[in-house]
Parts: sequence; C-alpha cells; structure tokens
Amino acid sequence: MHEETTGSKIVKWILIGISVLFVVLMLLLPLITVIAEALKSGWDTYISAVADEYTVKAVLLTVEATVCAVLINTVFGVFAAWAVTKFHFKGKKVLTTLIDVPVTVSPIIAGLIFVLTFGRQSAIYPLLESLDIKIVFAVPGIVLATIFVTFPFISRELIPVLEAQGTDEEEAAALMGAGGLTIFRKITFPHIKWAFLYGVVLCAARAMGEFGAVSVLSGHLRGKTNTLPLHVEILFNEFKYVPAFAVSSILVIMAVIILIIRSVIEYRGKKDT
Amino acid sequence: MKKTSKRVIPGFGVSMGVTLSIVSIVVLIPLASLVVFTAQLSFKEIIQTITRDRVLASFRVSFLTALIASVINAVMGVILAWVLVRYKFPLKRLLDGMIELPFALPTAVAGIALTSLTTNNGLIGGFFDKFGIKIAYTRIGITVALVFIGIPFVVRTVQPILEKLDPAYEEAAGVLGASRTKIFWKVIFPEIRPAVLTGFGLAFGRCIGEYGSVVFIAGNQPFETEITPLIIMSELQEYDYASATAIALVMLIAAFLILFITNLIQARSAKILKGGM
Repeated sequence: MHEETTGSKIVKWILIGISVLFVVLMLLLPLITVIAEALKSGWDTYISAVADEYTVKAVLLTVEATVCAVLINTVFGVFAAWAVTKFHFKGKKVLTTLIDVPVTVSPIIAGLIFVLTFGRQSAIYPLLESLDIKIVFAVPGIVLATIFVTFPFISRELIPVLEAQGTDEEEAAALMGAGGLTIFRKITFPHIKWAFLYGVVLCAARAMGEFGAVSVLSGHLRGKTNTLPLHVEILFNEFKYVPAFAVSSILVIMAVIILIIRSVIEYRGKKDT
Repeated sequence: MKKTSKRVIPGFGVSMGVTLSIVSIVVLIPLASLVVFTAQLSFKEIIQTITRDRVLASFRVSFLTALIASVINAVMGVILAWVLVRYKFPLKRLLDGMIELPFALPTAVAGIALTSLTTNNGLIGGFFDKFGIKIAYTRIGITVALVFIGIPFVVRTVQPILEKLDPAYEEAAGVLGASRTKIFWKVIFPEIRPAVLTGFGLAFGRCIGEYGSVVFIAGNQPFETEITPLIIMSELQEYDYASATAIALVMLIAAFLILFITNLIQARSAKILKGGM
C-alpha cells in the first residue's frame, strides 16, 4: 500500500465522512423513521395495526405472489441458463435481450402491458370471460405482474457463472453416459449454488416490494387484491400514518433479513471459490 | 447435421422448450399485445396525446429530476466505491451492506419514510425549512427519492473496476511527481469512466420509470411535480388506454435508447474487467 502522508489522511477521513453522512441520511434515517413512526403511539396500537384483518390478508397475498415469482423464475432461470450457456443456437442474443426487457421498462408500463393483454379491450378477453377467468384486477394479474418484474433476476445470476465454467465437465460426464439430471445435480449445481441462492434472494426482495406494476393490475380491493405495499399506500393516503408505518415495519424487517442473508451468501460464495 | 457433434450434453430440447414457453407467456405475448394495440392507434392521435401541455410538462419533470439525481449518484457513487475499496475503517462491512438497501426495501416504504422525513414537520424537512427550502412536495423531493433509488447502481458498477485497478500505475505517477488530484483525474478516472457512465445509465433508466418511491413525496401537482409514470397511471384509472399507451411508448423508446447506449459502454467496461485493456 501507499505511504500515508498527512494530506492523504485528511482526504481519507473527509471522504469517509461524506460517505458515512450520505448513508446515514439517505439510507439509515428512513429505516429508523419507519420504526420510530410505527411505535409512536405505543405497542398496543402497533400490534393492532399489524394484526389487523386486512394487514394479515395483505401479508398472505404478498407471500403468495412472492412464492409464485420465485418458483416460476427459478424453473425459468435454471432452464434458460442451461440452454444459453451449454448450447450454441441461432437467436441467442435475441433471447437474452427478451429476458432483460422486464427490468428495463417502468413498472407502470409493465402493468399497462398486462392490462392491454388481458383487459376488456383485448382480443382474448371474451375467451377468458367465457371460461370465467379473471386476470386484471384479480390475484392472477398481481402474480403475473410480480413474475414479470422479477423475470431475469435468477437467470441473470446463473448465466455468467455457467459461462465462466464452460462445458468441458458436462461433456465429459455425458460421454461417460450420465443423464441430464445427474449431470445437473452432481456437476453443474455445485458451481451455481451460491449464485442461485443470491438470485432467489434478489427475486424475493423485489417481488415482495413491487408496487407500480401490481398497483396497475390490482384494482385495490381491500382484503382481496391488496398486497402489503398497496396496503401501505392506502393507509398513508387515508392519513392513517401510524398504521401505515406499522405495516411498513413488516417490510423493513423483511428487507433487513434479506440484506443479512445476502451478505452471508456473498461471503460464503467468495470463500468457496 | 454438423451441430449434433457439439451437443453431447443432454437437455437441449427440454431446456429450450421450457425457456421459450415461459418467455412467450411472460414477455413475448404481452409485448405483442402492446404492439397490436399501438397499431390500432392513429399517428395523429398519438402525437396529439404526447404533445398535451400537461404531458410535455411531465416529461420535463421526469427527465430533469432523473438527470440531476443520476449526476448526484454518479458523484456520490464514485466516492462511496472509492471509500469502500481503498480505505479500511470501522464498520466498513456494515456500510457496504447498507448500499444494497434500496434494492431490498420496497419502494412504497422508502417513499413514505422519505416523505415523513422531509415535510416541514420532519427531521430533515424541518431543518431546511428554517432556510426557506422545501423538500417534500417539490422537485427537490422527487430528486431525493430518485437519489435513494439509484445509488446502488453506480456503486456496484464502479466497485469491481476499482478493485481490479493495478496500483502500480498510480505509484509510478506518484514517483514521477504527479499530485494526488492529478493522479486521480489522469490515471484513475479514465479507467473507471466507462463504469461510472454505465452506472449512471442504469440509474438514469431506473429513475425515469420510477413510481413507488416518488408518488408520495412528489405531491403530484400538474405541471410542477407530476411525473410521467403518474400520468400513465391516471390515464389507466380513467380507462383511457389509448392515451396511456401513447405516453408509455415515448417512455419505452427513451428507456431502450438509454439501455442501448449503456450496453455499448458496458461492453467496453467488461473488457477492462477481464483484463484485456
């Protein structure tokens, strides 16, 4: 390392000071605010806001959408990463671009796209109606929107790892007669374990917090199509600040847990390689 | 077939099948329906919608606040990445972990927390109010929310490049008598510039479309603090899908342009990361 002169030491502590100040003001203070506002009127109000019937229903819907998004995107992520990195085919670039589209469009536009696909003016709406399937302003719409906004989260983590690993080991195993599943389980998966978990965590974080796209498709029916973030919005707009922050605190706790899991995974992953 | 020799690994059919079906259902069909719906709109109609004064004002608000926020993020992102890579200090790991918070915290929660902090009764808002500066319900408030949303993008793109940077060049420049500021601008900055621009582009793209954290703090005054995603949202609530789509098209084109330019820069940045300068 460099020799530290007095001048460079001053610069160092000024830069650290700026960074700490920025993180405390912009990131830490909002977290503390949520907890402080939630507990402002005491524990009893907090508990009653969190245990409220609509809050519990919102929690359940959020969990449902998050689980669906993680499951579908896991299946997709693993197969897509396998297809993209283990084989050569035409149109690979088009495929990877398509996979990335969902994260580049505004969540509101994501919602709009699904309204246009399944809403009243859509060509397939009569078909859906005759089958009595409701997508827009119903739970399936919320789940679809959540899957859409988190779509590339798992494949994006897997593809670079598999690409760097190459195909030699799999080819050798295949030539020795191993089946696809065995190859994946014994050879590929150990390489992508940490990247995969990392992707799942990112996917879950985004899925439980998605607001814009879900907001377009929800119709805001309390107790029916209200996820946690939407419930927070309704409470806040009704000036019920303490309940709004109490419900938010659930999401804050989940966010902090996700951050901790994330750093553990990153740490273990670095140790493994 | 010549290709079969390459495909000793099993599972091509299954994995392509699953991948393509899911991509079709989740991305392709919805995108196609957007195209079909757009094709039904007349060009005149689209132009009329997107040149309404209120819509134009919202483009200005969205673009300006996203631009300013991304510039702030580029500067702060470089400082944070530098501090995290080059210095040792207590609680550094915690600081590093906190950077990711905007990815983990739901935007709506960030939105209401930042709003309550920056209104005149809030901790930060009350302080600035003494100087006559209002944050919540102004464009400054929107910018604050976007800085929150965008900061991890810059830090996380610059950090790995800084880690890879060989200190030998800096030492050589130092031995040759260059000052620290000169070393930064002449030796270090040219190396991290593509990463800074990539992070800036990613943050800018995200900020332009951001909705959840902004709606609460913006106050949503037409012509003043109404962002474009909010206009699309209100058109949707009035079931005016034609207007919503027309405005969304402008945003989509902007988003793809930003993405395209960012990808070009990122390709160069990836080369550096692989060591092939």
